[in-house]
Amino acid sequence: MNKRFLSTIAFAGAAAFALAGCSTETGSTGSSSSTAEAESTGGSDAAASDVITVGFAQTGAESGWRSANTDSMKAAFSEDNGFELIFNAADNDPAAQISAVRNFINQGVDAIVIAPVVEDGWDDVLQEAADAGIPVVLEDRTVSASEDLYASWVGLDFHAEGVKAGEWAAAEFGDTETNMVVLEGTTGSAPANERAAGFDEAIAGTGITTIDSQTGDFTRDGGKSVMEGYIANYGLDGIDLVYAHNDDMGLGAIEAIESAGGVPGEDIKIVTIDAVKDGMQALVDGKINYIVECNPLLGEQAAQIVKDVLAGTAVEKAYYVEDQAFTQEQAAEVIDTRPY
Amino acid sequence: MTLLKHHLFWPSAALATLVVVNVIANPNFAKITMRDGDLYGNPVTILRESAPLMLVALGMTLVIATRGIDLSVGAVMAVSGAVSLTIIADAPDPGSLGIVVTAIATAVLVALVLGAWNGFLVSVLGIQPIIATLVLMLAGRGVALLITGGAITTVTSAPYKFISNGYLILLPVAFFIWVAVVAVVALIERRTALGMLTEAVGINPEASRLAGVRSRGIIWGAYIASGVLAGVAGIINASNTMAADSNNAGYLIELYAILAVVLGGTSLMGGKFSIAGTVIGVLTVTTLDKTIQFFGVPPAQSPVFFAVVVVIVVLVQSPRVHQWGRSLSRRRSGHGPGDAGGEPAAASATPTRQEVSA
Repeated sequence: MNKRFLSTIAFAGAAAFALAGCSTETGSTGSSSSTAEAESTGGSDAAASDVITVGFAQTGAESGWRSANTDSMKAAFSEDNGFELIFNAADNDPAAQISAVRNFINQGVDAIVIAPVVEDGWDDVLQEAADAGIPVVLEDRTVSASEDLYASWVGLDFHAEGVKAGEWAAAEFGDTETNMVVLEGTTGSAPANERAAGFDEAIAGTGITTIDSQTGDFTRDGGKSVMEGYIANYGLDGIDLVYAHNDDMGLGAIEAIESAGGVPGEDIKIVTIDAVKDGMQALVDGKINYIVECNPLLGEQAAQIVKDVLAGTAVEKAYYVEDQAFTQEQAAEVIDTRPY
Repeated sequence: MTLLKHHLFWPSAALATLVVVNVIANPNFAKITMRDGDLYGNPVTILRESAPLMLVALGMTLVIATRGIDLSVGAVMAVSGAVSLTIIADAPDPGSLGIVVTAIATAVLVALVLGAWNGFLVSVLGIQPIIATLVLMLAGRGVALLITGGAITTVTSAPYKFISNGYLILLPVAFFIWVAVVAVVALIERRTALGMLTEAVGINPEASRLAGVRSRGIIWGAYIASGVLAGVAGIINASNTMAADSNNAGYLIELYAILAVVLGGTSLMGGKFSIAGTVIGVLTVTTLDKTIQFFGVPPAQSPVFFAVVVVIVVLVQSPRVHQWGRSLSRRRSGHGPGDAGGEPAAASATPTRQEVSA
């Protein structure tokens, strides 16, 4: 009930924000918001010849990975590259994000890039974009809607990331009886679902048992709080391995293990996904045992796809960016040269 | 019977039941271990993790007592965390005590100004509290993001980390902070006339004004207190993970604080308030949070579990449900032998108006 109330407010806020954006865009003709749609469509046609207006609906700024991703997108969709970027961060609220996309449609942008918060619930708004003739490119997370409703997707193979992390765990522990706890990502998000599925496949048949799995919402605070609960429930000795769906939750888990008097990376092994700076530092420090990279630098590729789509060039439905994985030794070698 | 009628009986009973159910289901829930002269374990974690919500709910109690509401507390937390960590991150020596004290003082000062702004809108301009504080609730996180430059600011600073992760005598520092704040607020409100005046303003602003109570100052003060307490909560929260996460710090905490205040028996209609009740309410909410983990409720179902427990707790505390319960037991005892079902109807129907003390 509370959440619903809040999302209503957030919706109203996002709508107000976007309307404000509308009126500045079409401000020269002094429009009211009811006529903004028609006028801005006209405006963008005129602008399409030189500058490409792109609306980017980012999920929020929940982690270091996301910040790096936002920076990459902003750099790629810069004015120098011939873009005008309208940026919106939905603060992890699916309703606010859908309303932001709807406002991009109303503003008549040339293309829309979305990093969906959750997989479901996109059919209607994507159909609206298709009806308005605005191509949609998805970035990072995927959607469950039909492939016909968007032009292309660029991102990471979350399933393969999960498999890589799982293969390390399988090699590390093998048939040894191992109690694993999982810090899940945001419930219902594609990386949370896929990373769990990939990992489980890779550890099938080994001695690793998942004794508990709760969501830490991809945040440090969430990871720490959930990990504290695990430690209280199973004890430090009752947990051998933590699988965190991102670095930040893993970093929270490190805090929890340390404050409970354990040594992260030794008493309890930790495997995470992302490879952001803080995570890599923890890996070098020996507090995390293995990190599978999730490359956030998707901006340039996304920008290229948008250009291709608008130029009428055929594009693939999905572009996978190759991920690496790091052990503690490998991390020490590359940490100074990584751009994020 | 007098025990049953005490205003803290039902809130305490709800908390006690929650704890007992947990301990029966999993004895680890109450397990406390001693290590290096400090206590660890789930009950200690609950006491420690309650700190931010406790401070916010205390401020909320005062505001609600004046018939108001403060929706901006979560955003104020985010701003305060952002301010303090940005100062520390920009300092040449993040670990120095002087820098940390400066950072905390600045953050609390900023929170005070934000609280004063809310109070100004409500008490001087007469804007409805829910609207007045909505402004900051929506704008505050934007301000926090602006301060941190849209990123999550992280620092390494031993003195700052001590606030939420350190230990004093046996127990976490954060626990002592909230106990001290509860004691100070209770002393100011209950050992001076301030508490009574606050209740007077909340029960009938017009009558109290005619009686010579300066309601403007009292209402303004309540919002300032709420802002400052949210600021301190923001510092504790940022210290917990040593990161200022402007989007998630104190997210939805205003609603959990209102829940805790109401569970503690303070009416949203204003007037009578109970500080002890709020303390119990906050512990109930935090315990419930841990319960979800200990029961291993799957993440997708946990909001439903939370909602069901809250509904039960609220129902258990409802005077009308008590009345039904009594009339039901009376009817049943009329048929069979044994003692009559307690108080006569007239007594149970009269709501008990007893002095509330902290």
